[in-house]
Order: sequence, then C-alpha cells, then structure tokens
Amino acid sequence: MTAPEVTSTHDVVIVGGGGAGLRAAIAVAETDPRLSVAVVSKVYPMRSHTVSAEGGAAAAIAAEDSFDEHVYDTVSGGDWLCDQDAVELFVHEARAELLRLEHWGCPWSRTPDGHVAVRAFGGMKKMRTWFAADKTGFHLLHTLFQTSLKYRPVTRYDEWYATRLLVDDGRVCGVVAIELMTGRIEAIGAKAVVLATGGGGRVFPFTTNANICTGDGMALAYRAGAPLKDMEFVQYHPTGLPFTGILITEAARAEGGWLLNKDGYRYLQDYDLGTPTPEPVLRSMELGPRDRLSQAFVHEAAKGRTIDTPYGPVVHLDLRHLGAAKIEAKLPMVRELCLDYERIDPVRDLVPVRPVVHYMMGGVHTDVRAATPLGGLFAAGETACVSINGANRLGSNSLPEILVFGARAGAAAAAYAMEAAPAGAGVAAQAADETRRLEELLDRAGGESIAAIRTAMQHTMEGAAGIYRDGDTLAKAVDTLRELQERATAAGVGDRSRTFNTQLVAALELAAMLDIAESIVHSALRREESRGAHQRTDFPARDDVRFLAHSMAYREADGGCRIEYQPVTVTRWPPGERVYGR
Amino acid sequence: MKEITLRVFRYRPEAEAEPTFQEYAVPLRDDWAVLDALNYVKEEIDPTLSYRWSCRMGICGSCGMTVNGDPKLSCGTFLVDHAPGPITVEPLRNFPVIRDLVIEMTDFMQKLGAVQPWIIRDESDDDPDTELLQTPSEMDDYKRYSMCINCMLCYSACPVYGLDSKFIGPAAIALAQRYNLDSRDEGQEERLDVLSEDEGVWGCTFVGECTRACPKGVDPAGAIQRAKLIAANEAVKAFLLPRWVR
Repeated sequence: MTAPEVTSTHDVVIVGGGGAGLRAAIAVAETDPRLSVAVVSKVYPMRSHTVSAEGGAAAAIAAEDSFDEHVYDTVSGGDWLCDQDAVELFVHEARAELLRLEHWGCPWSRTPDGHVAVRAFGGMKKMRTWFAADKTGFHLLHTLFQTSLKYRPVTRYDEWYATRLLVDDGRVCGVVAIELMTGRIEAIGAKAVVLATGGGGRVFPFTTNANICTGDGMALAYRAGAPLKDMEFVQYHPTGLPFTGILITEAARAEGGWLLNKDGYRYLQDYDLGTPTPEPVLRSMELGPRDRLSQAFVHEAAKGRTIDTPYGPVVHLDLRHLGAAKIEAKLPMVRELCLDYERIDPVRDLVPVRPVVHYMMGGVHTDVRAATPLGGLFAAGETACVSINGANRLGSNSLPEILVFGARAGAAAAAYAMEAAPAGAGVAAQAADETRRLEELLDRAGGESIAAIRTAMQHTMEGAAGIYRDGDTLAKAVDTLRELQERATAAGVGDRSRTFNTQLVAALELAAMLDIAESIVHSALRREESRGAHQRTDFPARDDVRFLAHSMAYREADGGCRIEYQPVTVTRWPPGERVYGR
Repeated sequence: MKEITLRVFRYRPEAEAEPTFQEYAVPLRDDWAVLDALNYVKEEIDPTLSYRWSCRMGICGSCGMTVNGDPKLSCGTFLVDHAPGPITVEPLRNFPVIRDLVIEMTDFMQKLGAVQPWIIRDESDDDPDTELLQTPSEMDDYKRYSMCINCMLCYSACPVYGLDSKFIGPAAIALAQRYNLDSRDEGQEERLDVLSEDEGVWGCTFVGECTRACPKGVDPAGAIQRAKLIAANEAVKAFLLPRWVR
C-alpha cells in the first residue's frame, strides 16, 4: 500500500451501488450534467442486495386506492413511530418513481390490457404492490444499473471498500477507500457524500441478508458523529427457509398461501389476526404485518405446536392449493428456490419456514431531504432512517423507499455540492491517519480469528435482540459486545496480501457490525416499552407518554453509546390501536 | 461425520509464479453447497482462500466457479451431487485470474455497456404520469433475455470467447436483444453497429454451450440467432437501398 493520493475528486461521492445509490447517481447527473458523480461500491452494482428483493413495490395507482390509505397502512403498520410528514411525501412520490422505472424499461407484470398490475401485500388494505413476478428487486436493480450506464458523468469505483469519512470542520468532504484488486488506498474527495450501503442483517446468525449486508454506511456515519436512529427495530420476516435463511416472499401469502402449525391448523387465528377464509383477506391472517406474524410463531413454538428440525422449530407454508399454473406465473422464484435449495416442490409439498432477520427499520438519521446532521452527508435506503418505517416496515415499502429517497439524496447532494467550498487542508492528514491504521491492521499478528468473534457477536445478538427481549439479557449483551470489541481490536487479519484480500474486508466489516450491534442493544435496553418489532417481556405495553419518540444513538469519544430521544412527527393520524382482521 | 475433499485452485500473485491446487477435507453434509464448503474452509482452516460470494440464493451472480470442469454457481451446486469426490474447484475459465477463485471482469463489464442496454426512444410525447402500455404477450417477447444475472458462466463456457476475447459474447448479445425486443424500445438500429462487427454476432459459430451453461434459462444462443437475422436483414437493406429509405 502506498501513501494516500487525494488525486480524484468529485462533486458527489455515493457509497453503495444498489438501488438507492444508483438512483441517487442518476439524480445527480440529471440535476446538472456538469457535476461529476462517483459510485464507490464494495461489489459490482448488480451484485448489491437490492437484487434479492422479491415481492414488490408499493404505490397507490388503482382507481379505488388513495394516498391517505397508503399513509394510514404504513403508519399503523409502523406502530405510530413513523414521521408522518415523511410518509406523506413518500407515498406521493412513490408512484412517480415507479412510473419512471417503467419508462426506463422495468418489466413490471401487467394486466391483459397492458397496464401495470398490482397485488395484495401484508398490512396493506388495498392492492397497491407493483411486481415483476417475484423477482422485483432483481429487475429493479438491473434496470437502474443498465440505465445508469447512459449517464456519462457517473464514474464507478467497483470493488472499492470505503473505510472512513473525511470530515473537515464539521463537513464531510470525501472518503478513504481501498481498491480490492490492488490493495491501493486512496482518498476520494467530494463536496457531498451520499451513504447508500443497505442494511446490516449479518449482525445476526440467521438472516435473509446477503454476505455484504454488514452495516458499513451506518458505521461510517456513526463514527463521524452522526446519530443512528431507532436501531432497536429489527424486522424478522416470518417466512425464511431453515438453514439457508433464504426468503420466501410475502407474495406467496398474498397470492393465497397459508401458514400451518404441526396439526395443519392456521394458527394465526389464535393471535388476534382475524378468522381464516379460503381466499386471502387484506390486513388479515396471513396478510397481517411481519412483526405480529413473527411474534405469533414464537408463541406457537412455546406451545409445542411447531415442527422440530435440525435447524430449530418451523411451521409450514402451504401453497399447494394455488396450483402449478398460478405458482409458475406469480411465484416462479419461490418454486425455483424451493427446488434448488430445499429440494421440495411447493406445488406438491409443504414449505418449512421460520422467522428470519430481514430488515433494519433504523439507520442514519436524516431529514426528508435525506440530509444527516453532518454537513455534506446524505443517506438513503436501508442505511438511513428518515423515518417512514417506524417500528415495523410493511412489505413492499422498501423498494419505493430506495427510489424516492435515493432520488432526494442525489438532488440534495447535488444542490449542496454546487454551493460548497473545496475541502480544507485537514483532510490530507486524516487520510494519512487512515492509511496508517489500515496498514497496521493488515500487518497485525493476532491469534484469534475474525470468524470466531463474528460468530460470538451473532449469537449474542440473537440471544438478546431477537423477537422478544428483556432488560437483563440486553444489559449482559452490552457487556459482551464491549468484550468482543476489545477482542476484535487485538485480532489479526490472517492474510497480509495486497491482492483481493477478502479477509481484510471481513475484519473491517466485523468492526462495522460490532458498532451497529452496540447501537442496537443500547437502544433496545433504554426503550422500556413494546412497540412493533421491539417487544420487551418486562415492559409488554406500548408507552406513548415516554416513548412516542425516536432513539438517537451517538458514539462517545471512548467508543461508548449515548442515547437521546427526538419527538415523532404526527400530522393527521394520532396514535391508535393496531387492528388486523377485525 | 463423513468428509469430502475439495481440491481448490490457489494463486497468489505476490507469492507464487504459478497456480497450485490445495486439498481441504470438509464435512459432507446433505444440505451444503460448494459455497458452504468454501466458507467452512475460510472460517475454520485457511482464512487466505479468496472468492466472491454474496446472496447465496442464485440471484446476485457473484459466485460463478468451475466445479469439476463445468461452469456453475457455487451456491447452487451441492456436495452430495459430486460425492464421493474429490471436488475440483477452479476459477471461471476464459478470464484472467486476480487471485485464487477471483477472476478479472472489467472486459465483461465493458461489453455489457457497449450494447447500450437502456431504453432508447423518442420521449417527446411520453406522459410521465402514466405507464407505457405493454401487454403480457409483448413482454413475453423479451422476458427470458431480461433474466440474465451477469454471472458470466456463459463466457466461461463459450469456446469462441476462449479463443478471441474480442468476441462480444453471449450475455451482452442477449442483453441487446432484451432491449431490441422490448415494445417500448426504438434503439435496435443504434445497437446494430456493435452487434454487426466481426466480433459481434458473426463471431458465434453456434456451439450452444452458453445456453447449456446458463443457470437462469436465458438462452443466449437463441438470442444470438435472432440477432443474426436482424443484422443480416439490415445488411441486405444497406446493400440494396439508398440510405434515405432504409
């Protein structure tokens, strides 16, 4: 590795090349083609985790639907922790964004007359989920990536891992990044930076998230002084395949699939989610919200009514009554995944499923322009918390979110960059510091393996920050994570090569995950109530007096975590009871 | 627990002049893919082993490798199907190797971009507030070509690309056809130059290995044949007709 060169500078640097990052890049290029925009991503853009999204993208388009109903479903689904001003503009702009994707070539599934088709989805009272069969994220990402290629101002740094934000006088003005192919470290200057690195499900052992989902952008912002908001809200998706954690989309239930316990009984009827009917009913039973369905599973397992497997208890997803034709037309990927990875055919067989870590409602605190409290720093998508998802995200809101707020982040970063002065001299010294740190890390000899510490972290998180939590276990997890931080600081990388060193990346990812894991357990310990995906057995009720508020996690100078609160914005929907199936 | 031997291609350019093979004994578990075995090696035996992977559900396209001689997604290739082993794992063929199982793919990325893979149309009459209509049967015309995950198994299988890396190759031609056949697109003529060059569709000698290797049923060989017809028709028009009536 060589000394950092601040040779490349751009008006806007975007960290992350998934849906939010690419949408932001296009927004910058469309704001002013003279602006130079760079996408720095640790994987080639079409490898990003957006590719794995399956079921669809919500936006009110049907004649019988309305923006207000989409807001209400989202806010009640989020257990009233959403900022309603953000949700209102989100639902308005979602439609235009999905239409823009259509004009860019996204192969949305159609009605016979050629209009975009919509399907039902969990927690949604109207059919408003646009879909491209059950590969919606794949098609959306490839459409965005291919479309981005026509914008000449976009420079890509593919397979570059960003390790630090450069901050000068309270303003972010670039990143330090490693080119994986060569090991070269470079400081990439920018007048504005957009974080779009996705979520961090890999903090847990059993997750739908790809190997790359390690919370890198959240950790970059947190270390630079930006607060992480509502990190205790971690979504368990109710239907993951055992062992692999591969997601079986909610669309399987929207198309009519049933969840059965070991007796073949549709157990959700016992958990205030409605009464079973042969045809799916919106906001009822299998189309309830994810938090409630995952919680019902835990109770069902406690009653001994689940099926034991080597990978823990499961229930069954029954799609057999849908028939081969419907499964092939609407759920081809579900069938492909079951055949390839579970060796079962949902046309004939029951599909074993269990709750699996899927999504982080929390993230880097931003306002509705996608701006963080740090000057020049913006964030969008799962990395960010704006917050439209509150305490529990509804399925099919995350794809429109990456488009709406990716576009907003790009536009705001472009406007900021056009006014911003060049970075000050302090940046070069920071870049030199970071290079030294990385070189020391690479050369460090330490006995303990990265993988062992990572596994310990994951099991600590599953034990303390799962579907149900309590104060004692969370307090112990705070201590355990501190110890793991110390062990990680002493661990060697175990590979000194400069060429495509995936072990160096794993060490840096572990450090990021430990930071966000700490923010999760600290936020969860302090929130003494149960709301949405955060369920405390020692505080089983929602407490709007104390906790109708966002948790804001700040990193202290000594590495500790300080929690503050910020009020929730309520516009027209005062907190009420969440009602499903009745 | 039963074991199986992985025979893995190793190459570290700073340390070795030539690639070598290294053997690792891994548990032979029913539900383990080759990728799970590689992760076991990296976590438990040898942290220096390098390879790409991400989604482990066959959609991100990262983990293509040569398994017992065939181009495969390592996340969807199961150990038990190759028992009792040994299983030889090598990088994808026809690409330069960066290190171990990691290949250089910048050439592939340039080729994808060269076919202008975006909607080209006169947008002046388009209403941003409504969708461009497209019936299900119009979508069927291009849908299978839109399923490519860019895993590059077809380039690894393609004997023409193996001999001449200038050949634009199966996935890029399928991608061009994905847009050419989309009822919303008017860009077929603009994509023709790249496809009609010697290194374009005419490079293909129709071996069909690409379609056999494709894990997503894209049928690049079929796309290439259709593109040849278009290119041939345009060539005939160019020969017979003056430019202003083409």
